[in-house]
Amino acid sequence: MQVPILKQGAYLIATIQSALTDADIVQLRDALVEQVGRYRSRGVIIDVTALDVMDSFATGTLRDVAHMVRLRGAETVIVGIQPDVAFAMVHMGLTLEGVTTKLDLEEGLDHLNRNIRTTAGR
Amino acid sequence: MKPVGVLEETRVAVAVDADIVAARMHGRALATRLGFRATDATLIATAISELARNILLYAKTGEVTISAIERGDRRGLAVVASDEGPGIADAARAMEDGFSTSGRLGLGLPGVRRLMDEFEVRSSAGRGTTVTVKKWIA
Repeated sequence: MQVPILKQGAYLIATIQSALTDADIVQLRDALVEQVGRYRSRGVIIDVTALDVMDSFATGTLRDVAHMVRLRGAETVIVGIQPDVAFAMVHMGLTLEGVTTKLDLEEGLDHLNRNIRTTAGR
Repeated sequence: MKPVGVLEETRVAVAVDADIVAARMHGRALATRLGFRATDATLIATAISELARNILLYAKTGEVTISAIERGDRRGLAVVASDEGPGIADAARAMEDGFSTSGRLGLGLPGVRRLMDEFEVRSSAGRGTTVTVKKWIA
């Protein structure tokens, strides 16, 4: 299932709505990295609230997204990691080092608004 | 130790990446039905996801069997991930954090072991791999 990406001002907001296959996650990565350029976006928010599992592949690919987007000049925030998912990630030894995470979409937007000097996206 | 009895089992063939999602969803559903807490159901689903991906990554095809089990008066869930792929030449090293022959994270098997209560890997070069993990209801 493809993840919808909403363009809101200077930001791209990708809201994951169900469990994703590896191919879906790779497709999301490529779409975000491409659209950051097409829309000259300054920030990307990936909402993983509905993601059932953050295993090594999902974690590694989302970390790649954040680093690739940064190389393209924009900032990524991952929001909505659920308590059980966080627990499993810590047990597995999976980290999102160097990637900004926030509690939810509201906190993610607030972070971007404070860190990116722009009036767009508000 | 008392023998482990199998109460019911579901087999999920693993050949494409959608099968990884199907396998972990079966696992979560069974775990929830058996009375595991939501947190443990997520640990089980995560372990299944890793084991199913290993099959795709190293053997291309295989199967994941998810069972409701009992030992004495304890109930639990077992996952057997088996394939007839190249096998693990060095099963001991595969259990080390950070070791990977796939060029990926290399957290797979040690990570899975930490998610579950019991863990066993049987493999030899050229003869496939079977990983069996169990979790008991706390």
